Amino acid sequence: MTKPLPQPTPVTQPFWDGLLEQEIRIQHCRDCGAWVFYPRSHCRRCLSDQLDWRVVSGAATLYSFTITRQPTAPFFADEVPQRLAVVELAEGVRMTSTLVGIADADIHIGMALRPVFDPVSADITMLRFTAATPATAAAVSHTEDRMT
Amino acid sequence: MVLRGRAAIVGIAEYPHQRRYTGPRKFTLSQWAELTRMALDDAGLRASDINGIVCSDIRESGMFTPATVVEYLGQPVNFAERIDLGGATAVGMIWRAAAAIELGICDVVVCALPSLPIPSNPTPQPFNPAVWYQSSSPNWGSPQAEFDIPYGNLAQNCGYATIAQRYAAQYGYDPRAMAKLVADQRASGALNPNAAFFGAPVTPDDVLASKIIADPLRMLEIVMPVAGGGAVVLASAEVASRCKHRPVFVKGFGEHLTIKTPTYAADMCQTPVGPASRQAFGMAGLTPADMDVAEIYDCYTITVLLTLEDAGFCPKGAGMAFIRDHDLTCHGDRPVNTHGGQLGMGQAGAAGGMTQVVEAARQIMGRADARQVRDCHNAYVSGTGGVMSEQSALVLQGG
Repeated sequence: MTKPLPQPTPVTQPFWDGLLEQEIRIQHCRDCGAWVFYPRSHCRRCLSDQLDWRVVSGAATLYSFTITRQPTAPFFADEVPQRLAVVELAEGVRMTSTLVGIADADIHIGMALRPVFDPVSADITMLRFTAATPATAAAVSHTEDRMT
Repeated sequence: MVLRGRAAIVGIAEYPHQRRYTGPRKFTLSQWAELTRMALDDAGLRASDINGIVCSDIRESGMFTPATVVEYLGQPVNFAERIDLGGATAVGMIWRAAAAIELGICDVVVCALPSLPIPSNPTPQPFNPAVWYQSSSPNWGSPQAEFDIPYGNLAQNCGYATIAQRYAAQYGYDPRAMAKLVADQRASGALNPNAAFFGAPVTPDDVLASKIIADPLRMLEIVMPVAGGGAVVLASAEVASRCKHRPVFVKGFGEHLTIKTPTYAADMCQTPVGPASRQAFGMAGLTPADMDVAEIYDCYTITVLLTLEDAGFCPKGAGMAFIRDHDLTCHGDRPVNTHGGQLGMGQAGAAGGMTQVVEAARQIMGRADARQVRDCHNAYVSGTGGVMSEQSALVLQGG
């Protein structure tokens, strides 16, 4: 079953282009200084349209997560248990993602994370996260294998 | 904000909620007409008294829904709304109807949420995978389609689960308290002939033995889809004085929307029902302690926990202790979801929230039979749509 992939739009294309180059580009408001994610045409704080793209490190912490015992949709049956994450970047914006390469018992809210670039097609690289410190990155996932 | 509190629920109607529907299939429009007739009969009003309707989606038409409903009912109206607030739709309907009545736009308004199966289309329809996405939109350009769905974060279970996990990290978590909440509600639901779980109580151990769907949520903490639906008719105080039952006045209301996907909530554990409830209690000049029953939207146990806290029934972080310390059944010291809630009734889609409204009215009217709470005059009702993203609250009082 084909998984639903992101379909970039003219507004969001720079974000996905960045991931293809293993770079995380987040919008920053020239008028009020807010970081903006997901990408928008207007700032989510002041509605300015003066948004710049800035490259950030991807250093993050785990805001919350769940481990699913049933697929959230039939497309994801092969990923169960899905390790669904809500991740907070150092810049303060949050994103939906998945955790890779961490033993379930080691997953805890507040843990430091680093980005994992996961090319899923020629045009799309997904942004996943793993433990920032190797000590907790117990298992090496197939996702990381693909990166090397 | 000033509300005179002169609009009242005067009639109620509810289909029995069934896991496997055994009755005849009917179009949504036909169910609309049937529920309207039932609610008007209950109130002692006639079809020609209607001069307002509030609807939500109908299966037969994707647009011009209010006009389609009005035409089918054959009753011209001065006020027509279509509400798109998911599980908060029912509560959203009630306050808009009450506000319209107070403004003098209309004096008899029907709010209906039918959710029985419609007849099978003789022309077979291709399978639409949109059903898998539930509350997440797969359309191009939708933030959910681009930034949530591809990661598998879609529909409702995982959103509520991540909120519960965050709550656990911030305030602690007691699975047995959550199991007790389900058991208390199912005890009330077991006494409700309209509930899918009529005659079927559970113990906390049963809940804890049910399988985990997404950590920490177990199957019996999640509503079961059913066929059902309900309606109420609201009227001005003048009309209400001619109706059959004790009027249930809308004394306060509130509504608050923040996000669509909980990933982007400023704080997952501070939910929109807080501001909505403060407004509702403020308008009514009443407090949570004044409420004789609390009919709290309960798609999941975590929804009830956060609503008890954010609406002010207990302090932040004390919800688990509140559940442990009180008997929440219809005969307990702090009745919550006296009809069984949706965990006891089953959830008939977006109509689920109407069960909370209907039960609050039933209790205040004194018509809850085996579940009747003694001296019930004040009721709190909440509605929750999306994933704690759009929430509404009502304070109701008997006339």
